[in-house]
Amino acid sequence: MRKSIHEGKRVELMKSACLAIAILTMIAATARTEPGPAILSAESQRVEVIGKVKACVLAVFAPNGQGGGSGVVISPDGYALSNFHVVLPCGKAMQCGMADGRIYDAVVVGIDPTGDVALIKLFGRDNFPCAALGDSDQLHAGDWVFAMGNPFLLATDLQPTVTYGIVSGVHRYQFPAGTLLEYTDCLQVDASINPGNSGGPLFDAQGRLVGINGRASFEKRGRVNVGAAYAISINQIKNFLGTLHGGRIVDHATLGAQVGTDTDGRVVVTDILETSDAYRRGLRYDDEIISFGGRPISTPNGFKNVLGIFPKGWRVPLSYRREGKRHDILVRLAGLHSEEELLAKATGRPAAEPMPLPKPGEGPKSAPHGGKPRGNRPAPLPRPAAKPLARRDVPLPEIVKKHFEDKRGYANYYFNALEQQRVWKAWAAAMNPDTAKGAWTLSGRLPQGGEFRFQLTHDGASLKLPVGETKWTAEGQLGASLLPDHSGGLLPALYLWRRLATEGLGRFGQVDYYGTAPLAGHEGLVDVLAAAHRDVQCRFYFDPVEGDLLALEMFPDEDADPCEIYFSEYGKLANRFWPGRIEVRYDDELFAAFEMTEGRVEK
Amino acid sequence: MRAENRIHAMPSPLTPLPTNLRSVPGEGTIALFLFVALLCSPAAGSIVEAIDQVQPKIVKIYGAGGFHGLEKYQSGILISSEGHILTAQSHVLDTDELTAVLADGRKFEAKLLGADPRLEVAVLKIDAAGLPHFDLGKAVKLDAGALVLAFSNLFGVAQGNEPASVQKGTISVVTRLEARRGVYETPYRGPIYVLDVTTNNPGAAGGALVTRQGELAGMLGKELRNSLNNTWLNYALPIEELRQSVDEIRAGKFVAREPESGRKPERSLDLPSRGIVLIPDVLERTPPYVDHVQPGSVADQAGIRPDDLILLLGDRLVPSCKALASDLEYVDREDQIKLTVLRGQELIEFSLHATKEKPQ
Repeated sequence: MRKSIHEGKRVELMKSACLAIAILTMIAATARTEPGPAILSAESQRVEVIGKVKACVLAVFAPNGQGGGSGVVISPDGYALSNFHVVLPCGKAMQCGMADGRIYDAVVVGIDPTGDVALIKLFGRDNFPCAALGDSDQLHAGDWVFAMGNPFLLATDLQPTVTYGIVSGVHRYQFPAGTLLEYTDCLQVDASINPGNSGGPLFDAQGRLVGINGRASFEKRGRVNVGAAYAISINQIKNFLGTLHGGRIVDHATLGAQVGTDTDGRVVVTDILETSDAYRRGLRYDDEIISFGGRPISTPNGFKNVLGIFPKGWRVPLSYRREGKRHDILVRLAGLHSEEELLAKATGRPAAEPMPLPKPGEGPKSAPHGGKPRGNRPAPLPRPAAKPLARRDVPLPEIVKKHFEDKRGYANYYFNALEQQRVWKAWAAAMNPDTAKGAWTLSGRLPQGGEFRFQLTHDGASLKLPVGETKWTAEGQLGASLLPDHSGGLLPALYLWRRLATEGLGRFGQVDYYGTAPLAGHEGLVDVLAAAHRDVQCRFYFDPVEGDLLALEMFPDEDADPCEIYFSEYGKLANRFWPGRIEVRYDDELFAAFEMTEGRVEK
Repeated sequence: MRAENRIHAMPSPLTPLPTNLRSVPGEGTIALFLFVALLCSPAAGSIVEAIDQVQPKIVKIYGAGGFHGLEKYQSGILISSEGHILTAQSHVLDTDELTAVLADGRKFEAKLLGADPRLEVAVLKIDAAGLPHFDLGKAVKLDAGALVLAFSNLFGVAQGNEPASVQKGTISVVTRLEARRGVYETPYRGPIYVLDVTTNNPGAAGGALVTRQGELAGMLGKELRNSLNNTWLNYALPIEELRQSVDEIRAGKFVAREPESGRKPERSLDLPSRGIVLIPDVLERTPPYVDHVQPGSVADQAGIRPDDLILLLGDRLVPSCKALASDLEYVDREDQIKLTVLRGQELIEFSLHATKEKPQ
């Protein structure tokens, strides 16, 4: 009896256990067939975002069939981003397939051989679907991201491939492999990036463009993704976008100083060029770098990251500490390369070739333990092999011919001329240069009291102050007499201001569109024209919206401080807009401020 | 159009979904946990939080290497507040100048406390206190399908205070390497978590495998290549397989003897007396390979062969000819010794009695 009771209990227990298992199984089964609402909504969101942004993804093909890659359109008129190493074999023109099934002709606009970025322009529509630019500095490790593009040139139907993953690291610094391929401040992702993905977009989960996929850590496992790929951050590209629009072969920057860590782990200056702007601004050997470009600096990598995101010629804030005292300076960055070096890179000559990569399945030649060839430096994604249908030396399409102009130092000077005209027209609308040919007389009061009067003519300039008059004549070398003293050359600089207005782009001298740059006291980036007349170089800074001239810098010598003139408080006097205030700075000092009340042009 | 593209500050993209899940280790609950974890997988916010919790416990380790494609760096996991670091035993540790860099960029000299060659697991120690760390006792056991994150300094991408790389993946299967004997170059025969993501890259060994809630589950193993088909295995060693070894190392087993500890016997043992001749000691840390075995000697009879690598003397790690020689000074000439050697990928144990005694 007792036994059977026990048995009965056991049976009961087993029954309930079976029931419990059955219920659990049912729950599990239900769960599998019908995922929860969170999953479904996440999935549909993802599908929707991908469905939307795929329209702006490009499959880039070289016209001669020499490989290809990916790209992404960033404006409705067809400007698109890709990698330099994708565009290089294309030469001037390329063809871009889009998800709408069409193939569009495109022309190279600007290239950044150091940062591995290229700007191209597509033709055939004025309403291209385009990606919204995100803010890559807002990304964290763990954020979902997805890459789109044309890995292994799979997209014969032109539909881009999508690979989803997370951000593995941000603000990564990747040492250069060979001589040029340094990736600074890049994004590391575990989304699969493979050959052919090069130049394609990295999107955040909301579909905003946060990077351009460019390279991956390839190792002994062959030329396929091994879980670590790198994208150029879109914030870096934003800094270069203006220069790229100017059709340039853009250059990166150097501070003219080396940094390293000292025994206390501080980041200090270990070497500095006396000709550098940093030296003239006061930076010296062994000074501790505290912040650079608005970012705190704690490692040499962090320093190189910041340096890598700025184009040549920008002025960037830098803070250093010496003997416990903090100094904040604004440093003008010099070019990383000489003109020759940059041209060599732009044409991909051997000195600039990326390091060769092991082929899939190719064993190491001398490495022990079955295969670790070379270092672990990431290499740019190799271009997939050419398609047999293509042929070499395809003639340029007519539309590309119309939009291409060859010039030394430029990827495509056509676009530089275009930008020059844009900036000039905006300024001319305010300045009315056609009626400004006569002598200019500008007068008003000095903030400290007393009156001033400038006279600017076609052959010189003068300034009358309560203490006396300074006259300057435009003869011979303009940089030879930088009057008045301690101004850095205010009179020749103002003479050049008038000269640009009266002579225009064509007759001033050599004028080019530099691109965009930050300007002290101005939010965001402004348009810059670089101009040369006789022996001096000038930079004219224009408001990108209003077209006003905001500042003018005149450099009498490459390694000398410029005379800086800031124009502000524009108002209409007679039929043109004049600056109400002209501030002159030289060598970190304010030379003078002029409050202008009258501007007159002689007939 | 271009102007619009210039400067935009976007709002932070992610709104974390509420998740306060803890996985419950124990049989029966795993299936349920998996189901819940799957439900919550789109919650990127929770991943970011988990990553923030885990990163301070990941260590970058620098040591020997840097030539012939052998990296001189790997990864490690802090397992005590006073600076014990769990990592993989590898060539990187074959130096007296080990450096550990913590997530905050602090740099420490690290000491190899000990290593268990059977699992290829090692414990380092740095002189620190109050460190964030994983408690190995609280490590979780996972099953196939579990969603995981892998942390490591793969390819040495991160330096100084830069955070380690994070990858997301899934456990494909929990299996043993045993069945693949001779295919993978490792003496480890226990269960492993096989992953669907390329986690085991140069420098990744010793990294952490965690759940997406940040709980420690495994340690990324050394790179393993399948010698049959040239594919690479992505895997982690379950923490529960390592726990005992780690405890033993911390308790003094598998530890290289401290100099001037213990008492030396009057007559110390030397290997030639048992028939073993090692390769010439020419490096700072020459690995103790057997060069020659005296025919008919005790070692010969026991089965020791040239090219065997001596890993353990008794329970002590002997990473070099010098370490072995110095340890032998503490062994009496008459004592029986136990040697563990690595032959190919096999670990073999031998007992060697004193020469004068006849085998029974």
